[in-house]
Amino acid sequence: MSATRPPRQPQQTLGAERPTTFAGVAIFADGIKPTPVPRYQHGSRVPGWDDAVDLTKPPATIPDPATTPVPESLRTAIEAAMAKYPDRRSAAIPALHLAQQHHGWCSPEAIVQVACVMRLTPAYLTSVASFYDMFSLRPKPPHDVYVCTNITCSLLGGDEIHERMVELVHDHPDLNVCSFECLGACDIGPMASVDGEYVGPLNLEDCEQIAADLEAGRPVLEHKQLRFRRCADPRSHGDEGQL
Amino acid sequence: MTTLLLFDKIDEPGLYTRAVYERRGGYSALRKAVGMPPAAVIQEISDSGLRGRGGAGFRMGQKASFLPKGDMPKYLTCNADESEPGTFKDREIMQKCPHMLIEGIIIACYGAAINTAFIYIRGEYVLQGDMLEGAIAEAYEAGYLGENILGTGHHLELVLHRGAGAYICGEETGLLDSLEGKRGNPRLKPPFPAVQGLYQGPTLINNVETLATVPAIINMGGKDYAQIGTATSTGTKLVSVSGDVQRPGNYEIELGTPSREIIYDLAGGPPGGHEIKLWFPGGSSSPVLTKDDLDLPYDFDTMAKAGSMLGSGAIIVVDETHRVLDVAIKLAKFYAHESCGKCVPCREGTNWTVKMLRRIESGEATPMDLDLMASVQTLIIGNCLCVLGDAMAMPIGSIVEKFRPELEAEIEAARERAGTGPLTDELAVGVTDSVF
Repeated sequence: MSATRPPRQPQQTLGAERPTTFAGVAIFADGIKPTPVPRYQHGSRVPGWDDAVDLTKPPATIPDPATTPVPESLRTAIEAAMAKYPDRRSAAIPALHLAQQHHGWCSPEAIVQVACVMRLTPAYLTSVASFYDMFSLRPKPPHDVYVCTNITCSLLGGDEIHERMVELVHDHPDLNVCSFECLGACDIGPMASVDGEYVGPLNLEDCEQIAADLEAGRPVLEHKQLRFRRCADPRSHGDEGQL
Repeated sequence: MTTLLLFDKIDEPGLYTRAVYERRGGYSALRKAVGMPPAAVIQEISDSGLRGRGGAGFRMGQKASFLPKGDMPKYLTCNADESEPGTFKDREIMQKCPHMLIEGIIIACYGAAINTAFIYIRGEYVLQGDMLEGAIAEAYEAGYLGENILGTGHHLELVLHRGAGAYICGEETGLLDSLEGKRGNPRLKPPFPAVQGLYQGPTLINNVETLATVPAIINMGGKDYAQIGTATSTGTKLVSVSGDVQRPGNYEIELGTPSREIIYDLAGGPPGGHEIKLWFPGGSSSPVLTKDDLDLPYDFDTMAKAGSMLGSGAIIVVDETHRVLDVAIKLAKFYAHESCGKCVPCREGTNWTVKMLRRIESGEATPMDLDLMASVQTLIIGNCLCVLGDAMAMPIGSIVEKFRPELEAEIEAARERAGTGPLTDELAVGVTDSVF
């Protein structure tokens, strides 16, 4: 480098205090803290990658039905799902959906129960569950609010809706707010899926309404639900009334 | 005025029930089809020139003709995992007229001698899944599904399978793996699914809109259907217009309609009279076009010639009030999140593209990074099992190419903000020669 290059300014990506790192863990002057920069948002270091594994135990095999209690309703539902497919393994995703509904999340207990009914190993089912965004391998609040922050919604303010929503339900025990990839409703963007019900277009005031409706157990933002929305193309309207 | 084939009075109350659908002439195409030999049904579809509406634009008749003849179990899979950002056309069909899709599936299965069919719907579509489930039950009751359909001796089982939130499961082989109860990783092709797909059997995979068009083709005849649209892009297409337009939504157009007419006349154009900066003609995976391309006719071949693609027919409009850098970061982040991680160019390329774009934002980039970014995109394209990586590389590559001056201005402004110093000649030109 020649002398014309200006001196490099210290970068401020790690905050004022710059930690030393050891084995990926940031060590500050006053102890170990999590690295403040969101790193490794994707890939092998997603949360849980370093969960302790007890290597002294033998690998979990297909659970023994005699010693694994499975709620009767869950067992019947999973068996019905398996009967629909030429290969029972195809029912893995429907079965995990059922277990998540029953237990609230894909807990180790839920996984073992599914594994017991489907005659698969828990490891196999965990590998499937960890692939899909809708399965939660951590305890989660019962109500899901997926706020779309993909391209169309973010052009129209989806990120602000997400921030507001997160602010509102901060540490609320019953509401699970997360940003989600395109939910397939860009016509009502910015939008959210509240327990599977699509609502939009949202503005910042609607966020409070969503939280209030969920708490009161009412249908969420009924006048903005997708199910009542007519097709945008006026040529395709039927002659009378709403759907 | 365009004849509406799919969206004709789709808002009619109760159209999701069999009673209303049949009153409107529903299932008449199925009755007509079962009166024809199966090969003639496939011939009608071939004659219509119907091209796949899911993204690749492959001719459905040709795909069906690839299925081997014989007694082995064959499968049909309807791809309803509509997760391409910007696309929401299948949602409207499944929610409002599920029987049209089911009728199309039954006709295709009759033609291709298939006895088991699946609809793979994305897990987020709860309402649409419920609508389909109800409609499938009604179709079983009426004897359109199950044993001996309408006295033909043909039997068909139709199963609705709900996914669990993964973009990659919209890729046909990823979808098959997911349907087999595995992680949705794409498979190496060939063998193509038509030869060896679901449970190792020959599998026909089609998009919702493609299959929903089949009853209309049988009703009006393949040759008549081919009269609509252009010579190589026949028929009507649902376009999902979203983003900076006044009336976002689904519109049914004749292929070959000028793009300006779709964006301005149907969807109302950008609010506030703003100019269009860029638009994606076929979902977020398609290379971007600018306002100079607005007069191009909207069909498969013209879009390909313009360096982009018609894809799933999702037009995303971005007007001049938005920064192109924000669009690029959103795009790259999405593909980095959704990359399944099986192929290195895609897994690493998407993540490094996000990092390079963030460096622009934080003032650490130089214009040389744009060259590096462009070279990463060319290394992804064509080097993976599926096109997810390409789906990021193509739009990002085109953004870097078409909006380079704006990105360079962003780089300079960000360096000023962050205090990383102004660009000297040396930094601006970089050490490109010695690195590459």
